[in-house]
Amino acid sequence: MKRLVQGFAAVFIAAFVLMFITHRLNEAEGYGGGKTVTVYNWGDYIDPALIREFEKETGWKVIYQTFDSNEAMMAKIAQGGATFDVAVPSDYAISKMIEENLLLPLDHDKLPNLQYIEPRFLNLPFDPHNRYSVPYFWGTVGIVYNREMLGGKTITSWNDLWDPDLRNQILLVDGAREVMGMALNSLGYSLNDTNKAHLQEAKRKLDRLMPNVKAIVGDEIKLLLANEEAAIGVVWSGDAAEIISENDKLDYVVPKEGSNLWFDNMVIPKTAKNIEGAHAFINFMLDPKHAAQNAEYVGYSTPNKKALAYLPKDIAGDRRFYPDLDSAGHLEVYENLGKRMLAYYNELFLEFKMQQK
Amino acid sequence: MTERAWRNWYLVPYGIWLVLFVIAPIVFLLYESFLDIDGHWTVANYEKVLTPIYLKMMAYSFWYAFLITLVSLLIGYPTAYWLTKTRHKQLWLLLLILPMWVNLLLKVYAFLGLFGTYGLANALLQTLGVGPRQLLFTDFSFVFVSVYIFIPFMVLPIFNALEELPPSLIDAARDLGASAWTTFRRVVFPLTLGGVKAGCQAVFIPALSLFMITRLVAGNRVITLGTAIEQHFLVTQDWGMGATIAVVLMAAMAVIVVLTGTGRKEGSR
Repeated sequence: MKRLVQGFAAVFIAAFVLMFITHRLNEAEGYGGGKTVTVYNWGDYIDPALIREFEKETGWKVIYQTFDSNEAMMAKIAQGGATFDVAVPSDYAISKMIEENLLLPLDHDKLPNLQYIEPRFLNLPFDPHNRYSVPYFWGTVGIVYNREMLGGKTITSWNDLWDPDLRNQILLVDGAREVMGMALNSLGYSLNDTNKAHLQEAKRKLDRLMPNVKAIVGDEIKLLLANEEAAIGVVWSGDAAEIISENDKLDYVVPKEGSNLWFDNMVIPKTAKNIEGAHAFINFMLDPKHAAQNAEYVGYSTPNKKALAYLPKDIAGDRRFYPDLDSAGHLEVYENLGKRMLAYYNELFLEFKMQQK
Repeated sequence: MTERAWRNWYLVPYGIWLVLFVIAPIVFLLYESFLDIDGHWTVANYEKVLTPIYLKMMAYSFWYAFLITLVSLLIGYPTAYWLTKTRHKQLWLLLLILPMWVNLLLKVYAFLGLFGTYGLANALLQTLGVGPRQLLFTDFSFVFVSVYIFIPFMVLPIFNALEELPPSLIDAARDLGASAWTTFRRVVFPLTLGGVKAGCQAVFIPALSLFMITRLVAGNRVITLGTAIEQHFLVTQDWGMGATIAVVLMAAMAVIVVLTGTGRKEGSR
């Protein structure tokens, strides 16, 4: 009994001391006292040097938190409770958050650097006139393939994945919209299709892909492809850039039938306490030099027109990651299909996953 | 106040706990399971659970949980038996428990590297002349990693049951002419059945709703009800359906607990 009490006391004291030290350290570094900006972003999605620079330049302290899916992020913001001053949701999530009154309107006078954004990335259907959001990164969904493992075969289209030679060679990302979208595009349908007959047809087509699918995974797809666990992966463009930089036998292609064009935009959620700091942070990230530095670090494509000039030629000129959007008219942005349709997409995707080899 | 009344007051903290964290969540879950995606009353969720896709998923969940429990028991019982016979019991027990101090996700991630095409396991197979095999994203790796994670929960209750077994009973059996095998079969095993049941429950029930390992190690080639619950709550936001599966799982577990008994009444004493 005595030892039990001693044990509890030791744990209690250790926790208390650690909390006290954290508090003192935070105070010493200037956190607390309303001088912080809490940024809620995807994991591994910013150059940490920029955060330090922002802190030095403006005097605000940044608390950086990460999420791994739009849904998890929205759930946390909808609950309230925690303070987030800036968040970075994707296109369809933004329209959903606007619908549910989770965002505060932006003050464009406090965002002078907005002028550097390529006009085609402004005023998009998910947020007309950019009342609530400004672009952070954009990209596509496509195929990463290992030239060596495929013996010189090249991949140019979604339908190439159904090649019987590719048995057990494909890794898919665990996302219903991505995988269903791929099947819809391969059939010539829109990836926002809501016709149930078309969706059923896409699901049947996916079933025929199953013998070629090695696994359906999350973020670990980057590690697995870089380690040559499989020859082909369906991934987001920025992940592709990161994998290719680790293994130069890999290449990336946006399939010719069409694919998803997506945007991650910066927003100020309604949980924000430091609205001024949030605007300062957004404006800082919109600065062409900062945007270029960030794009070089993260690997996704920057929507900042002026930033392209600061990027090395081999990045800014890489058509795989900066496709000519005029000729790439086949790229579509996800529309918010509504809860019911999204549930249907997920149901079909779950059924597809249930197929055994 | 009488002593008896005082004793009832001691129950208050537990009672509050019970209402807030046991009864209320179950009531909420039940309530949620009768709502459709738009928040209207419905029994459609329960109809959906009875469609082939969810029944199949349930069958898989039970099958894999059964396999994991069986393998854990087959390895766990001899291990526990051997542990009671060793000299440095505490040290060996500590070594058994040690991996539990490492974060679960970290252990699972380690297997991604170990079981990979160019991983340690395949290098070993190669030197043995078996040649590289696909280990990752197979049923084998899923069961292996799950057993690795759950085995302490199987060994500990069995070990405790064996420790409590008076050695004099074994001596008596041997004196009366029973062979070692008969002694084990007729004396040791029946008397430690309580520990076996407790261990099986501690493994089977969490194994039934595993979800993270199904994606990381099995690459979603094994889909259990846990995966479906996760997807309904986080991605689809169809909480009603997620809640329904959870309710069905709880009902199934209740049935199992009743069928196997709590392990106290019979067996051990």
